[in-house]
Amino acid sequence: MSLLRQSRNILSNLRAKSLAKRLMHFKFEPDNPPTNLGPTENMNYLKALTNAMDISLENDPTAIIFGEDVAFGGVFRCTVGLREKYGNDRVFNTPLCEQGIVGFGIGAAVAGSTAIAEIQFADYILPAFDQIVNEAAKYRYRSGGLFECGKLTIRTPCGAVGHGALYHSQTPEAYFAHSTGLKVVIPRSPIQAKGLLLACIRDDNPCIFLEPKILYRAAEEEVPVGDYTLPLSQAEVLREGSDVTLIGYGTQIHVLKEVAELAAKDGISCEVIDLVTILPWDADTVCTSVSKTGRCVITHESPVTGGFAGEVAATIQKECFLNLEAPVERVCGYDTPFPHVLEPFFMPDKWRCLQAVKNVVNY
Amino acid sequence: MRHFIKFGKPYLHTRSLLRGNSGLQTCTHVAKSTGVQDVSKSDGNSFIGMPHNYVTKLEFLEPKMENTIPVYQVLDSDGKIIDETQDPKLSDEIVLKMYKDMKMLNIMDGIMYSAQRQGRISFYMTNYGEEAAHIGSAAALEMKDLVFAQYREAGVLMWRGFRLDQFMDQCYANINDPASGKQMPVHYGSKDLNFVTISSPLATQMPQAAGAAYALKRTNPGTCVICYFGEGAASEGDAHAAFNFAATLDAPCIFFCRNNGYAISTPAHEQYRGDGIASRGSGYGMLTIRVDGNDTLAVYNATRKARQIALEESRPVLIEAMTYRVGDHSTSDDSSTYRTAGELEYWTKTNNPVTRFERYITNERNCWSAEEDEKLSKDCSKQVIEAFTAAEKRLKPSPSLVFTDVYDELPVNLKKQQKQMREHVGAHSQHYPLKRHEPL
Repeated sequence: MSLLRQSRNILSNLRAKSLAKRLMHFKFEPDNPPTNLGPTENMNYLKALTNAMDISLENDPTAIIFGEDVAFGGVFRCTVGLREKYGNDRVFNTPLCEQGIVGFGIGAAVAGSTAIAEIQFADYILPAFDQIVNEAAKYRYRSGGLFECGKLTIRTPCGAVGHGALYHSQTPEAYFAHSTGLKVVIPRSPIQAKGLLLACIRDDNPCIFLEPKILYRAAEEEVPVGDYTLPLSQAEVLREGSDVTLIGYGTQIHVLKEVAELAAKDGISCEVIDLVTILPWDADTVCTSVSKTGRCVITHESPVTGGFAGEVAATIQKECFLNLEAPVERVCGYDTPFPHVLEPFFMPDKWRCLQAVKNVVNY
Repeated sequence: MRHFIKFGKPYLHTRSLLRGNSGLQTCTHVAKSTGVQDVSKSDGNSFIGMPHNYVTKLEFLEPKMENTIPVYQVLDSDGKIIDETQDPKLSDEIVLKMYKDMKMLNIMDGIMYSAQRQGRISFYMTNYGEEAAHIGSAAALEMKDLVFAQYREAGVLMWRGFRLDQFMDQCYANINDPASGKQMPVHYGSKDLNFVTISSPLATQMPQAAGAAYALKRTNPGTCVICYFGEGAASEGDAHAAFNFAATLDAPCIFFCRNNGYAISTPAHEQYRGDGIASRGSGYGMLTIRVDGNDTLAVYNATRKARQIALEESRPVLIEAMTYRVGDHSTSDDSSTYRTAGELEYWTKTNNPVTRFERYITNERNCWSAEEDEKLSKDCSKQVIEAFTAAEKRLKPSPSLVFTDVYDELPVNLKKQQKQMREHVGAHSQHYPLKRHEPL
């Protein structure tokens, strides 16, 4: 290739990357890695996931990974290299059928194998809804523990990506929050993703692991290379504050972190909480915080009506009623399907969140 | 290799590439089937899927309903073996256990059905007419083989040794039920007997069976999975998913369809337009057979062979057992509203699997008699009545068990809710049936 052509390619790649960065509605700030987990390596979100699955398959001979296109590495490259390393009986493609992927995964788990199922986009998890809600979530309860599918983990990319529109942007956490018996987890960063995926794989309950796809490459951190897990059902206070509690998860946490910085310029002290696990969720951490601050804003990309913020809000107003200085605010996607070119007007962006913070402070 | 002939030589060649031993260590055949095809080496006839022949005549394939898949049969209606080469030569002990289990199943069904009518249990489903399908197939399996069932397979449990008190305790939802009365009656399960607990949604067990078979192929080779389902359930998307997954992933699973003619009130001709369930098998690349589901020995032979093939060749096998649902769908159904008395009488009297097998053991095997039959009926009734009287007296589970087994451990929210429930019920105990239950 000529030198001119090479440099044109490099320039256009740089322009594409910076354009993408400018269009992203958040800024990813890496966390410092935990000091007690040994050596680290720079990994983005998807590589952290690959690393977690590598560790799982290395230590558990029953572990298998399956789904559409996982054999060649997956459409988001999350399973790259695993088939070559572990063999085609452990990392394999399935036919294009989500209800089959989940049903198959449940059966493998019931038979004692660690089953890591990939659903290509969370938008397509719905054909598997019956298997997830009526079967996986209820397997242990209905059999009195004689049979269970705790070895099943379903991973799926979710969330806004800038151009995903109706069917490549959804985050279905609300539907599954209503299905007791499941665990639903949504990590905000590579360090979180690796530790939480390992935790879900090893947890003795069926888990839905939601991976905000925009973070796959945008989020890079120094991730511990060793084997570690992070606790499920424990919300994390990422920033301490005294005036208002900001509650969110996934990509939205990075929006909230920026909102907290912007609010600080106006003298508002924000506490930022990442729920981390949607089901079962850590109401105690949230309510302790809101009882302290007296105000809160809950935010998620999914539409507001029937969204998970409603569950959090209802619990907060019951547990923290006498401490509340203002009504609980929700900043969410509007009650519409996810639009394409109109995405910037749909999203609960930092300006809407900042306005909500000002509303509760000035109430 | 007789079963390959119908597919012809080119298919055999491709099939032999795709078959392979699949132990824990290697799975070479899968590599070939998912490797990138080098199209430059083909003669232009190969699409990515399969080789094709070209024709210039514009002709559509009409499903030929005059040549339906034939029904494999061993015993005629008098219980006589038609073709001696098909005699599985079972011992007297086995054939008598088969018959006795069928009778016990019938008698248990009769008494439990009445119990529901009298308000003693909330719901029941009988198995009349399908005894041969249950017992014949169950007897052909090993105890270690994992069973995924639908809800009308109590004979399989009976064969495996599920006791009368276990059947009753589940139906009465009392403290002896391992699921602590959480499910409706007949939703049995047994870890010891490798029978996965029944769930109400139809066909959901089917892709699960495929997954379990795949897992067991790797971790417990030599273990087969059998998945029972009805011809109605076979219409569900999960059935299609199961067949396709089991076939493409080489899962050693027997898919056993009880085609009993009805899905509640919907007759089979409103359930499908093609040649039953068996005709779908080859579409998925599955080995298929249709059997007389009322012929215990035919069901036995087919299941036994299916098991052997499934395990030796790591592939699913579809068995369609043609039978008839003599009873109502359940105690919530009155089938006289959608079928004639004449039809019912034919299947109850003339083509009855239990009677047919009774004729076999009495007239052909000479190991049974009318006197023994009468004694058996009396013994079975006595045992069933004893078991259900005891089950009826047992307490129901503690209300605190509402919250257990949702997760492996009680999470914070359920601990709170359990406490709230106990406090509420404690304060309003007069409104709750506490006397029937173990303590709060």
